[in-house]
Amino acid sequence: MNKDLLKLLESSARMSCEDMACALGTSRDEVERELGELERSGVIRGYKAIIDGDAIDGEAVSAIIELKVTPKAGLGFEDVAERIASYPYVESVSLMSGVCDLLVTVRGKSFKEVCTFVAEELAVIDGVTSTATQFIMKKYKEYGVPLFGDADDGRGRISL
Amino acid sequence: MIDYERVISRRAREIKPSGIRRFFDIAGTMEGVISLGVGEPDFRTPYRVRKAGIRSLELANTRYTANRGLESLRREIASYNKRRYKIDYDPASEVLVTVGGSEAIDIVLRAIINPGDEVIIPTPSYVCYEPMTSLAGGAAVSVNTRLEDGFKLTAEQLRAAISERTKALILPYPSNPTGAILDLADIEAIRDVLSGTDIIVIADEIYAELTFGREHISVASIPDMRERTVVVSGFSKAFSMTGWRLGYALGPEPLIREITKIHQYAIMCAPTTSQHAAIEALRSCDGDVLEMVREYDMRRRLMVKGFNDLGLECLEPRGAFYAFPSIKSTGLTSEEFCERLLYSKKVALVPGVAFGESGEGYVRASYCYSLMHIKEALRRIREFLSEL
Ligand SMILES: Cc1ncc(COP(=O)(O)O)c(C=O)c1O
Repeated sequence: MNKDLLKLLESSARMSCEDMACALGTSRDEVERELGELERSGVIRGYKAIIDGDAIDGEAVSAIIELKVTPKAGLGFEDVAERIASYPYVESVSLMSGVCDLLVTVRGKSFKEVCTFVAEELAVIDGVTSTATQFIMKKYKEYGVPLFGDADDGRGRISL
Repeated sequence: MIDYERVISRRAREIKPSGIRRFFDIAGTMEGVISLGVGEPDFRTPYRVRKAGIRSLELANTRYTANRGLESLRREIASYNKRRYKIDYDPASEVLVTVGGSEAIDIVLRAIINPGDEVIIPTPSYVCYEPMTSLAGGAAVSVNTRLEDGFKLTAEQLRAAISERTKALILPYPSNPTGAILDLADIEAIRDVLSGTDIIVIADEIYAELTFGREHISVASIPDMRERTVVVSGFSKAFSMTGWRLGYALGPEPLIREITKIHQYAIMCAPTTSQHAAIEALRSCDGDVLEMVREYDMRRRLMVKGFNDLGLECLEPRGAFYAFPSIKSTGLTSEEFCERLLYSKKVALVPGVAFGESGEGYVRASYCYSLMHIKEALRRIREFLSEL
């Protein structure tokens, strides 16, 4: 049930507990209990809409920043990663294999704002040895959902 | 000037135009409609299948195949059906690849019908059996199945419908539009009625993969049924491949041989690209199909409960992807119901009468739509009912 519920949430998080219970063939109490447990244990960290940022705020910009970081004794990359994650500009922070150590995505109101943030905040963090910033020009898919094309899937209204 | 009325053949002219054509036209052109009206999956064809089609084009596999279909595909079809439905057919002589289940139904009927032969068709059911029977020169004998019987053809009904002119029986289960499936005992009862006759069964099992709660039982897997059965199936529904136009017929060699003759002259062979893609579907897509069935199952539960909560009695569909709620409590005909619903709330359903007279009093709602879409449609139907 746990896995089915999570799958359902990934596609239709807005459904009521009652409808989810119905779809899964279980009771509403059971769904509420499971959800509570998933939330408490940190499996579910939140619920949010998938928004095409470009559609509402054409000025905003996003960037992907590759950071090289000198790991700290006993802490590795944790300390730096958590510090970076605490900035509101930062949308995601991941520890990477390969040429960079941390991959950070940042969203700001303007090109300048993001540049300033990288130069004056990220680059100067103790342990960060280099940054490589790449601005995102256009997003085509987010959270597995395509951001292009219209909702019409090519099927007609009625076929027997 | 040509008098087209006189040019058109009597048989073509006599095909009844669907009585609800007008409703379809309105539904098709109105703005802002949310539909539960289509009989095709919303899922994309699995990626690997599309890839296999593309690969075959890259390799320029674009010639005619054997009339019967690619040998490798026929072998795959045979082993798939053996594995899943325990029916055993010789890929060399008992499998024919067709342009959808549609073509298979057409040419099976044409291969067996003599003028005046009768074909028994349980209704409400898919719309092609009757016109195809007439075009082949046969007479359609429809049997009205009932809600009380779970929309299944009963042995008594079958016995009563059989005459000395009966050539064939269509067994369209899992059913479009009712979602009914046949249990072992149902098929055995039908077998017992047919025993000792030469009546051929055309088992349209195109929704075989899409059953809920238990695996599909193929009519041909029941002892003594294989010799009189042609199984029609295809890729449209289970693998979400409607536009690829690919299906097949399985049957005893003496039948398939004659059916293939018609196919050879009418069609030559099924689309080559689709045949290559279909091999991949049968080989490696059990997981994808299972995922789709799971998703359909969730939608099915939501929709059936939704209709029942609205007071529109809805039997639990056990196969295919349709719910068939009764709208008798509203006092409207199925066409009135659908037309008024469409105009006032912009929801498109299909009037049950489109599937035969016995479909009157019901509407078909497809759950080839997302949960949220179904929810919204049900919300609008609730509003509609409260304003009646
Ligand atoms: C019961 C049934 N049989 C056959 C078909 C034809 O399918 P296809 O020609 O795409 O294989 C359909 C399509 O809606 C159907 O519902």
